[in-house]
This record gives sequence, C-alpha cells and structure tokens, in this order.
Amino acid sequence: MSANDTTETDDLTLVQAVRDGLYGEMDRDDEVIVMGEDVGKNGGVFRATEGLYEEFGNDRVIDTPLAESGIVGTAIGMAAYGLKPVPEIQFMGFIYPAFDQIVSHAARIRTRSRGRFTCPMVVRAPYGGGIRAPEHHSESKEAFFVHEPGLKVVVPSTPRDAKGLLAASIRDPDPVVFLEPKLIYRAFRGDVPTEPYTTPLGEAAVRREGSDVSVFTWGAMAQQTVEAADQLAGEIDVEVVDLRTLSPLDTDAIVESFKKTGRAAVVHEAPKTGGLAGEITATIQEEALLYQEAPIKRITGFDTPFPLYALEDYYLPEPARIKDGIREVVEF
Amino acid sequence: MSTLQRDPDTRVEILDEDGRVRDGATVPDLDEAQLVEMYREMRLGRHFDQRAVSLQRQGRMGTFPPMSGQEGAQVGSAHALRNDDWIIPSYREHAAVYGKDVGLAETLQYWMGDERGNQMDGKPVFPAAVPIATQIPHATGLAWASKLKDEDRVFLCYFGDGATSEGDFHEGLNFAGVFDTPSIFFCNNNQWAISVPRERQTASQTIAQKATAYGFDGVQVDGMDPLAVYKVTRDAVEKARNPDGDAPRPTLIEAVQYRFGAHTTADDPSVYRDDEEVEQWKDRDPIDRLEKYLRAEGILDDERIETITDEIEDEVAEAIEAAESTERPDPAGIFQHVFDQQPARIANQQAAFERLRDRHGDEELLE
Ligand SMILES: Cc1ncc(C[n+]2csc(CCOP(=O)(O)OP(=O)(O)O)c2C)c(N)n1
Ligand SMILES: [Mg+2]
Repeated sequence: MSANDTTETDDLTLVQAVRDGLYGEMDRDDEVIVMGEDVGKNGGVFRATEGLYEEFGNDRVIDTPLAESGIVGTAIGMAAYGLKPVPEIQFMGFIYPAFDQIVSHAARIRTRSRGRFTCPMVVRAPYGGGIRAPEHHSESKEAFFVHEPGLKVVVPSTPRDAKGLLAASIRDPDPVVFLEPKLIYRAFRGDVPTEPYTTPLGEAAVRREGSDVSVFTWGAMAQQTVEAADQLAGEIDVEVVDLRTLSPLDTDAIVESFKKTGRAAVVHEAPKTGGLAGEITATIQEEALLYQEAPIKRITGFDTPFPLYALEDYYLPEPARIKDGIREVVEF
Repeated sequence: MSTLQRDPDTRVEILDEDGRVRDGATVPDLDEAQLVEMYREMRLGRHFDQRAVSLQRQGRMGTFPPMSGQEGAQVGSAHALRNDDWIIPSYREHAAVYGKDVGLAETLQYWMGDERGNQMDGKPVFPAAVPIATQIPHATGLAWASKLKDEDRVFLCYFGDGATSEGDFHEGLNFAGVFDTPSIFFCNNNQWAISVPRERQTASQTIAQKATAYGFDGVQVDGMDPLAVYKVTRDAVEKARNPDGDAPRPTLIEAVQYRFGAHTTADDPSVYRDDEEVEQWKDRDPIDRLEKYLRAEGILDDERIETITDEIEDEVAEAIEAAESTERPDPAGIFQHVFDQQPARIANQQAAFERLRDRHGDEELLE
C-alpha cells in the first residue's frame, strides 16, 4: 500500500516521522521490538523513540547496557529466533563495536545457513555532520555498509520517506542499516500519512526534474542540492535524484536520468575516496558510456577525518560548492 | 596495601557526610598546602563547570559534559599521581587533567570545537576519548610500553560505569592482568550512563568485584570523599610502581559518586530521574565535606575561602577570555596532521578548497 493524496496526514519533522514509523510497525506486529542505549524511559537522545516505552512496555522497548556489539549481536540472535528487532545505535560513530556483528553475521547468516536462518533486523543510526557536536558525532560512513554484500542501506531525506522507508525496512526479511540524517531531523516538516504505509526499498526519487545535468545525492545533502539547483534555475536546468536506498542501488533510475542529460555530478558528505560517488560513476560508465558528454563530478567531503565543529561548515558540501561543481560539468 | 585487599563491597571511606573523620579511619598524609590545593582545584572545577554550561546556553560553546559532584574523585585521584605519571581520560575529567597542567582555556578550546585544545603538548595526558571505553586498552598499552622500557611510571585511566559494559573494558583489563601492567583503572561510577541507571548496566553487585575475574585487586571507594579517593589511589600507585613480591600491579578502583547535572548540555535528566535522588546525593557534596574538614582542622577560615573564591573566579574568567580571543582555527587545519606526509590526493583537495574560498569568500561558504 502506498500513500495517496486523499489519506489523512500529520505535519511531522523527520525524527517525528521515524518515531511514528516505529509506533505504527510495533502496533501492527508484536514481533517488532526496539532496543538500545537510552531508547526507553528517555525516549532516545534525539527523542526518536519517545513514548514507545510507555505504550509498549519494557519488554518491547528495551534499555540495554552500553555495548553496541552486545546490542546488535543479541538482536541477531533474536531475529534468527523469529523477532524483528530494531536496535538503535546512538550515533553512527559508535557503531564500530558492532561492526563485526553486522558484517560477519547479520549480513551472512542467510548465506551461511543456506536460508535456514535469516536476520530481519533494522539497525537505526543518526549520521552526518552540521550539528556542532563533539568528535565522532558527525561522520558519514555509509560506504562501509554498502560495501558489505547481504546488507541493505537506506537513507531517508524527507519525513514522508522516513516513515515509509522505515516500515519497509522493518518488514523486509533481510538486515537493513537505516541511516537518519540528523542535520535535518528537525529542519523542516512535511505531510506524513497517519496510517502505516511502506515506501519501497531500492527505488530512487526524482526531487527536481531537469534536462541539463543529473545530480545524484541522498540524506541531508538532498536539501542542499535542491537548494543549489534552484539557485541555478534559469542558468542550468538541474535534475536532482535522491537515491534513498544506497544498497541495492536503483541502477535503472540512475541510468535513465543520465541518458536524458548526458552529464552528472554526485553529492555526498562522506570522504571522496572509496565513497559511493565512485560506484555511481562507474555504474554510469558501464551502462551509459555513449551518452556521456562530460566527466562526472564528485562533490564530496574531503579525504580527511571530519573536523571538530569550528571547521565543520568548511568540510560539508554546501550550495556554493555544489553549484561550482555543477557548472564545471555543464561547461565542460 | 591493605586498603586494596578487602571485599570489593566494603567501601573505603574517611570523611562522613559532615566532613568528620569516621571512626577508625586514618587521614592520609597530606600537608596543609596540598589539602588547600585540592580544595582549591575542586572549587575551581565546580565554578568552571557552571560557567561552561552557561557558555553553552548562550551559544558561545557547543555541547559540554559537566562534572559537578565528581570533583572529589577527579582531584583526589590526580593528586595521588607523580608528576610524570599519566592520565588517560574519557571526556569529563576537566579537573583531573587540570592537575596535569592542562589549562582551563585549552579545555574550553576543545569543547569550542577546536582540535588544538586536545593537543596538551608535553603533558602526560592522552587526548579525550569520546567513544565509550575505547581508551581503556590504550591505557593498558601505554602502561605496557612504559614497563617494556623499564620505566617506573603509572598510568591512570578514567571511565564511567556505563563503560564497564563494553568489550573494550574487558579486553583492556584482561591484558593488564595478563601482562601485569602498571595500570590503575578508575571507574567514575556516577550512577548513570545518560538515562540508564547503574543497576541496569550490570548484574554484578559492585563494579569493583569485576577485578577478581582479571586476577587483580578491585576496591570500592566513596568517590565523593577526596581523602578516601586519594588514599586508595595512592596505594594503587605504590603497588603499580613497586609491587610487593608477586602482587599484580593493576588495580580497579570504583569511585562511587553522582553526577549532579545533566549528562551533557544536550540532556534533560528530569525525564529519567527524580530531583529527590539528586538532593540526597547533594548532601554528600565533596566540596562541602572537605571544606568542613579543613575548617575544623583550622586550615581554612572565611577569609581564606573568600580569597580562594575570588582567585578561582578570576582564573576561570581569564580562561574564558583567553579561549574566546584565540584566533579561530585556520581552515587549512582540516588537511593537516592526517598523515606525516600529505598525499597528492589530499593536497589536490586542499588546493581546490582554497580556490573555492577565493572564489566565494568565507562568508558565503559558511552562511
Ligand atoms: C561506544 C559509544 N557508544 C555510545 C556513546 C554515546 N554515549 C556518550 S556518553 C554515554 C554514557 C556514558 O556513561 P558512563 O560510561 O557511565 O560515563 P558518564 O558519562 O556517566 O561519565 C553514551 C551512551 C558513545 N560515546 N560511545
Ligand atoms: Mg556514568
């Protein structure tokens, strides 16, 4: 079921939509449980689980000890035993104690057991920069997880998608790393259907149609990119494609847009080297080389550790940098 | 040494809640100047904390983790170290690292989002560790390396009650036991890991008892009694430096205390704990207790306290002034210290970044 215009809606921020999505899935399916650090009584440090503890009790909304490997490792066991755990990692920068569990087990248990055991688990984590936070609170390391076969990686950029993609991730029979761009947790509101619905995984969304150049992006950068595109209107007609699911990538949407424009840029916060822009570029070269009219531009974070916040605004791509990159592609 | 060899649930205590020496307790051998300095540093820490929180409220600083209530544990333990012994902090030990000559201005600079505040050049202090418990194996490694170099330094690592749930806590302490490193693992058990209470963190009765599994001493101390903290840390330092026969060098100290304020300025503790609980712990305020003791001993009086109050207010005001008037970090700093030699790819990115700044100017880029 997908949302249509006649459905009842609420005006929610992205983080409220995440909470609404969790609520809806927990309400319709007793097997869905939320676990993690401070997700219970505190309602999550970003309030993404607010009220769930009061509604569903401490057997389904579980404050765990401070141990990410423990959180994800036990969630894998629970998932293999028929529950649908949704562990929260407080910030993406603290997911690494669980990295072994995610890549060595969540991603492989289906393959390893020839389908006997599966891992219907969604690991949620806020990610990305721009909130004046301490060290390790600002990175974007989605590429680590995209690189791991057997994991899906999903990033919403609007409240409506946040709820629909989260529901689809929870109902998906395989493990999903669900990354929430915290810079835009409360940056704007949007209409979100009140009833549960799913937004399909693996489908990109065109946020702005254009004919001169395709810009592929996701998460908090989607907003920056649309802003840059709007500023270029009249000069350059920019198409903005929000990938939404980073694994599996929507190759068809990428190629279709590129065939139309023949020019492309990719915008992401993550460092350039080994970042997803390289994968998207290579995919275009494989699928649509003969349509290509200019080198594909990567507008990304630098190959440096994310700086403390006094300098973070220099690190993050913003409209000026994005516009320059787009112009370079178009003027080639 | 006997202070350390006791049941992990018999807490070492010296001062009672009113600052009187408890029956049978012995006050550690500290001279007047040291006692007054400990008191001054605790007062300084408290005042610094209050000012830092208000700087954050005024938008002059980012997220800050306050430490009010925890000064006794920090100052008492740091004072038990020799000048060249090391501190491996987490992120809340503003008063402990001050004892290693890390200026308040540096601490502010770090929390104002400037890496240079984390450099602490030449001081035996490791940079703040934000990912919980990750500094514990480093502390073991530092101590191990020092032992392999035949030095006689001691390495004191701070972490919280929540940190004891992480794998790194186990691995760091296990290595310390196996390789008999000159280590002190100092757990600031402030009862809460953000909203998660100590009982929810571990089913162990105490944190100190976990040391038994690693084969060395674990001791619980009243972490809001700076004299008791000093005493157990002092004994642990002695043992790490000059172990008695086959006695293992490492010690786990559980300093039982309370965080009076929020976890950080981004946290609202009223959601998860009662004011009543906070008030009960405030009756054990480490500063009040030491002050009462020092007054009773005739070491402090109103006049000296007033002088100290004036001095610390000036010192904190000067530190804020210094931190805020430090020139902002050069954006080129993003590209520095990534490697010893800058690879060409990073150099190219830096050059492109400088061209971008030239084209647009910082104002447009940062708007
Ligand atoms: C590996 C990791 N997970 C989660 C966090 C987020 N976080 C920051 S502080 C904190 C609680 C720490 O509690 P405790 O160890 O008791 O230290 P305290 O802050 O109370 O001093 C959490 C969960 C983190 N910094 N690192
Ligand atoms: Mg704690």
